[in-house]
Amino acid sequence: MLLRLAHRFGVLVASLVASSLVVFGFMQVLPGNPARVALGVNASEAAVAQMTAEYGLDRPLVVQYLDWVGGMLTLDPGIEYVSKAPIGPQVADRLGVTLWLVVAAMLLAFVVAVPVGVWMAVRHRHADGVVLSGVSQVGVAVPAFLAGILLISVFAVRLGWVPSGGWVPPAQDPVEFLRRLVLPAVSLALVQGSVLARYVRSAVLDVLREDYLRTARAKGLRPMEALWKHGLRNAAVPVVTVLGLQLATLLVGAVVVERVFVIPGLGSLLIDSVAGRELLTVQTVVMVLVVAVLVINFVVDALYLAIDPRLRTAR
Amino acid sequence: MSTAATGAAGAGRRAGDEPVLDVRGLHVRTRHTELLSDVDLTIRRGERVGLIGESGSGKSLTALAVLGLLGEGLTATGGVHLAGHEGNLLERSEGGLARIRGDDMAMVFQEPMTALNPTMRVGAQVAEAMTVHGSASRSQARRRAVDLLDQVGLPDPEHAARAYPHQLSGGQRQRVVAAIALANDPVLLVCDEPTTALDVTVQALVLDLIVTGVQSRDAALLFITHDLAVVATVCERVLVMYGGRIVEAGPVGQVFTDPRHQYTAGLLAASDLTAAGARRERSALPTIPGTVPPAGRFPDGCVFRNRCPAATGQCATRPPWTPRGDHGAGETASGYACFYPAGGELR
Repeated sequence: MLLRLAHRFGVLVASLVASSLVVFGFMQVLPGNPARVALGVNASEAAVAQMTAEYGLDRPLVVQYLDWVGGMLTLDPGIEYVSKAPIGPQVADRLGVTLWLVVAAMLLAFVVAVPVGVWMAVRHRHADGVVLSGVSQVGVAVPAFLAGILLISVFAVRLGWVPSGGWVPPAQDPVEFLRRLVLPAVSLALVQGSVLARYVRSAVLDVLREDYLRTARAKGLRPMEALWKHGLRNAAVPVVTVLGLQLATLLVGAVVVERVFVIPGLGSLLIDSVAGRELLTVQTVVMVLVVAVLVINFVVDALYLAIDPRLRTAR
Repeated sequence: MSTAATGAAGAGRRAGDEPVLDVRGLHVRTRHTELLSDVDLTIRRGERVGLIGESGSGKSLTALAVLGLLGEGLTATGGVHLAGHEGNLLERSEGGLARIRGDDMAMVFQEPMTALNPTMRVGAQVAEAMTVHGSASRSQARRRAVDLLDQVGLPDPEHAARAYPHQLSGGQRQRVVAAIALANDPVLLVCDEPTTALDVTVQALVLDLIVTGVQSRDAALLFITHDLAVVATVCERVLVMYGGRIVEAGPVGQVFTDPRHQYTAGLLAASDLTAAGARRERSALPTIPGTVPPAGRFPDGCVFRNRCPAATGQCATRPPWTPRGDHGAGETASGYACFYPAGGELR
């Protein structure tokens, strides 16, 4: 068990190193001197030379890479080329916003999708199960930004219950924070919840056919009791896989919904940085996303081991 | 054709002869087809009864119907009575059945590899059989689970109780399933091909522990298999099933040496490999001509008549049950349903 976990952790570290090299390398391959890119085509050679020296862009690549990685590890990846603002606090702020949104959406999706998915599976031969299944199918097909626009037009514009967008940090005003969080979170949760519910349904359907569930009933457990005590843990493996993928998708993909609701998240920072030619910021944001995805994968792997003892025996 | 136990037989029985399991006119249907038709069977306390037949004959369905574990879309009608429980089990609610299942009636399934929950420790799965019926507290159940694992012959039961199913062999897992089934000292144990998936060497050991377990509890055993040799070693009486009906019943010695129903005769001939070994030339093994029709496609009247060498036009009507000898468990315990019984004895 621990050996397996250590192995997984080793894979995580190796992936982090490899992906940081790729991200760093990719930025180097982009044509032109970063200082020239940042200052624009009309900048004087002297200005470019000064900035190149100031940011150490003339140092060997190995040194630049280690400098950047070191900066990331100490949560201080440097200052922006153009605006001269420090990158660390900016990324941290934006990441915080996106995390609130993603975690809220995922929790909402999970809390609704798991019972609904189980219900759809248990009642798959009955009208209510089939109808729910159809509804979830539609939910899968609706893109989050469209759901967002529809939700805004109904709840913000027509009913005026909540603001149509913007962001208030929770520390500043918790109520206003929640009022502004609810629509974007719901629009993300709608799609992800529908997808998740369908996976839960098929996982539970598979489990319902398992012999050990019949053994549990032969022992004297009622059907739902047997499903609860013996089925759900076994159904959890495929569901955890999907949850991990969904979290990763949301972290990267929340940007569209962030745009619709004017939320200053990580995705918006990425787009702004690309537009503003802040190469180092782009590089850092991309790396932060990569780290998040890799850590999610590691957690999913660890959860597999916790859920299914058959996976614990080292190969 | 249910020739129910006559009043006289019922009144004349001693208390010990009171059947543990009494199934009368059991039918199982899907929406369109009848899968089990008019199945009667009685098992007395301490009696070990085999249920044999080819795949698709309805053996497992009979067992599942008795325990109320039929899949969705299947309905059972008729009567299933278990000693110590009022009324017809088929009319019980799911909750009412759940209270009996695993307590007074228990079942051992065919596939030991998949019958246990892979994510739960073996001891906990055995203990659950007791806690779910409130027959032991959590800690008592855990201790008794180790005892039971010891009883079914698992080496180092303490250690086995902490193992997960995948850490055990097929034979060991089937012992665990047997321990679960025997945990609450059932009055009826149903075994559905419990050794079919096991190695021959392990088979005998598992059969032995089932028989010992049943005997020490004086429980009734319904043992389903297609292996005639297994029936001969485990059971005292045998029921032969074909096409969702019981076509012949009787003491093992009588049915196996002197079968009456043409199907039983064919089945025994097909299983007789000693004759095949003695044969010098390469000739075909004796088989029953044709194949078992799919469910719902059996002929009217006698279900076996389209494969039967002795069938005539008369067989288009359903042959009545002919009792044979005077068996203590009633008329359905010994007899056959055939117009042209093998063995030359026409009745």
